Amino acid sequence: MAKAISARALRKVYPGTPPVEALGGIEIEIADNEFFTLLGPSGCGKTTLLRLIAGFEHPTSGTMDMFGESLLEAPPHKRQINTVFQNYALFPHMTVAENIGFGLEMLGKSKGEIATTTGEMMELVQMSHLADRQTSQISGGQQQRVALARALAPKPKILLLDEPLSALDFKLRKNMQLELKRLQLETGITFIFVTHDQEEALTMSDRIAVMSDGAIRQIGTPREIYDHPADRFVADFIGDTNFLTVEAKGASVKLASGKSLKVAGAPKAGQVTIAVRPEHARLTGADNGLMSGVLENVVYLGTDTHFHVALEDGTAFVLRQQNAPDTAAGHVAGDKVGITFPADVAQVLSD
Amino acid sequence: MSDLSITEAKRQSRNRWLLLSPALVILIFAASGPLLITLVYSFLTAGDFGGVEWEFSTDAWFGVFMERDIFDDTLGWSDAHLSIFWRSVKLSLLTTLACLIVGFPTAYFIATRPKKQRDMWMLLIIIPFWTNLLIRTFAILELIRNEGVVNTVLIAMGVIDEPIQMLFTEFAIILGMVYVYLPLMVLPIYASMERLDFNLVEAAYDLYATRMRVLRRVILPLVKPGVIAGSILVFVPSLGAYVTPRIMGGGNQLMIGNLIELQFGQGRNWPLGAALSITLLAIVMVALMAYVRAAGDEEVRHG
Amino acid sequence: MAKGFDVRKQTGFTTIAMACFVMLYMPIILLVVYSFNAGSSIAIWEGFSWRWYASALENEQVQEATVRSLIIAFWAAGISTTVAVLAALATTRTRKFRGQTTVFAMINQPLMVPEIVTAVALLIFFAMIKVATGYTGLLYLIIAHSAFCIPFAYLPIRARLQGMDLSLEQAASDLYATPFQIFRRITLPQLWPGILAGAMLAFVISLDDVVITEFVKSAGQDTLPTYMLGQLRRVVTPEINAISTALLGISVTMVIAFTLLSKIKN
Repeated sequence: MAKAISARALRKVYPGTPPVEALGGIEIEIADNEFFTLLGPSGCGKTTLLRLIAGFEHPTSGTMDMFGESLLEAPPHKRQINTVFQNYALFPHMTVAENIGFGLEMLGKSKGEIATTTGEMMELVQMSHLADRQTSQISGGQQQRVALARALAPKPKILLLDEPLSALDFKLRKNMQLELKRLQLETGITFIFVTHDQEEALTMSDRIAVMSDGAIRQIGTPREIYDHPADRFVADFIGDTNFLTVEAKGASVKLASGKSLKVAGAPKAGQVTIAVRPEHARLTGADNGLMSGVLENVVYLGTDTHFHVALEDGTAFVLRQQNAPDTAAGHVAGDKVGITFPADVAQVLSD
Repeated sequence: MSDLSITEAKRQSRNRWLLLSPALVILIFAASGPLLITLVYSFLTAGDFGGVEWEFSTDAWFGVFMERDIFDDTLGWSDAHLSIFWRSVKLSLLTTLACLIVGFPTAYFIATRPKKQRDMWMLLIIIPFWTNLLIRTFAILELIRNEGVVNTVLIAMGVIDEPIQMLFTEFAIILGMVYVYLPLMVLPIYASMERLDFNLVEAAYDLYATRMRVLRRVILPLVKPGVIAGSILVFVPSLGAYVTPRIMGGGNQLMIGNLIELQFGQGRNWPLGAALSITLLAIVMVALMAYVRAAGDEEVRHG
Repeated sequence: MAKGFDVRKQTGFTTIAMACFVMLYMPIILLVVYSFNAGSSIAIWEGFSWRWYASALENEQVQEATVRSLIIAFWAAGISTTVAVLAALATTRTRKFRGQTTVFAMINQPLMVPEIVTAVALLIFFAMIKVATGYTGLLYLIIAHSAFCIPFAYLPIRARLQGMDLSLEQAASDLYATPFQIFRRITLPQLWPGILAGAMLAFVISLDDVVITEFVKSAGQDTLPTYMLGQLRRVVTPEINAISTALLGISVTMVIAFTLLSKIKN
């Protein structure tokens, strides 16, 4: 079956001196009925890619198809794609219901159909009681729901969401994340979600594309991306990571401490970087670990405790340990400690 | 494949010029076009009964500052024109100075009111600015004419026996111009004064400055761009004033604007009138460029 | 209790400011007051009367000049506002384009060039056309007024457009609205306070113009301001005050309405 979106060699260069390359030859395929997230720091090109799909910007070169048909020649109002804008972009001179019905009206639907669908949509986002309010008179969370209902009402094939949760407070954001996932499953529409918040991406997505500097660094499920980051950027951007420089030798690598470790995917020789997540390592007695160092700082964070260790070669290493009711404070700052981790959690990175 | 972003840019450019064209056609027909023709006219020969002969001549440009002696036909400085130029510059400078003396404290007063009151005070400055210049000049005229309120009251009080002749003097012109152009001084000074951080004034007092020194060393330097802008905004229309000197000066005290009009009326020297117009325009443009630079500084300062 | 030290005070400034406001308003107030004078003096009060308003209303020249002023202002405001809306749409919220400086210079030319210079230039140019075509009607005045009203109509419309959220139009386009539908349903409803403000400003500016009208008009084409200018040489009666008061009333109403309109939030 044809992909919802498939882009080939997509480039976008903004003219100027010097010209700015916002996207450099993007290759991407997004399946139908998928919750797909574009994740990356600001300026990585994720919003530009979204705007190219919506039709607000035009690529410098490359192709983009939607369900097998070229999308690029169509202006935004001819694309069966709707957007939830970052600032919601609700029409200030229209009521909640008029906003939600706008797309249907533009498509030339009958009055009755507009009323029915608008009603359904307001039900879906629990806004029925505020149908006749002006959009300036409702809260940020409610505006968010209206923006969502407005974009869903014309039943688009693809829904684009441009950091729609960034203006909400923490609790509301958590609720909306689950709500969005529910809506996506219920409607069966392909969601393309843009965010710089890795936790948000991991929570909701079927697949994630991690972007930086106008390029896609890795595409995969949340678990693939977290557990097997493709390169140093991805490992660093998603979650916390310890980087260790090691010497590759045959099938194993040699740590700075001199101990050897069998790691999958390591090259035959030369220097490589491996990544170890803080929660995958454990503290041991000073002489029992793979490496040893001095515990410099113990930070208690409620659910977890973080241990900051200075390794013998000077590298900083952080461990995370979940707190249990019976956990006693085993180590204190200043102790000499050892660190150990299973060989299969170490990820070899291409720089 | 074709570059879609370039096609899109071309389409936007075509639409832009399509949307702009009605405005530009009107402006070319009734603003910039006529100005170019005026420049052409200044190089033609005057017709005997107004209008022009289509014959190249630089007489008009010589005529701006010089005149031919009617007896020995030698070229000398035109005293009449020079005295009108001098009066225009003098009266405009005095008007600017008077506007500054009145306008600066007024802008300061408004800027130091509580935030909610400031808009109301500014509206009081803006309303006269947008009302008919002729009517405002006329209101001042009624006040100071021989049978006007000032003289009538003074005579009734027995201060004077005869009305004081105030109208048709240079004083009357200055008074009229100060009255009509004062808002142009207050507006930009207020704009920079409103952004003044009064913590700086407090800091200056904290460091033992007196009121006078705070004004001279802290406030004035910080609002200087506004003062320069206001001065130019008053000076420029004063220099080109036509209605106010005509009414308040009564035909005796000509300024450049009236001299230009004269060339199209009794003077019947259209090329000279055109040359004088272009001269006035050139002076104004120089002043406006100074204004743009002052305004630019202002933006940088508050960037 | 001892009076605290006020850091905002500057000696004498409040006095000068008060004098300034008195100076700005006293002449206008006296002008209005004496328009109701029963006597024919502009300085000696002889009781209240509407007689000068009545005599102005009966004056045929005043009637004609008023109608002419209103016709010109109506057309000039309509034309200048229409073309200013189009020009503002073309020049706002877009990247810098080739010829931008020239376009802005042309639009703002009437604000920068001294009125007397524009007046003379129009006199010269229209004289050529009058000779060539023989037409001497009101159209010259309407076009001249339309031209110098353009920047006044353009500025508030442009300001409003700049304050408008670009993503609203994108949202409409995303929801299947065509460019024309976007303009009618999204842009225009939000732009109208700016358009109305611009039109009113243009109307007042046209109504008040003296210099350009004085030079462009053909014989017998007096507007209210040029009629008044012509009358000033004669013995002045409060009839002029009455006409002035009526004109002032229109201007002040429009300026206050303009100020309120500009404050309507986007």
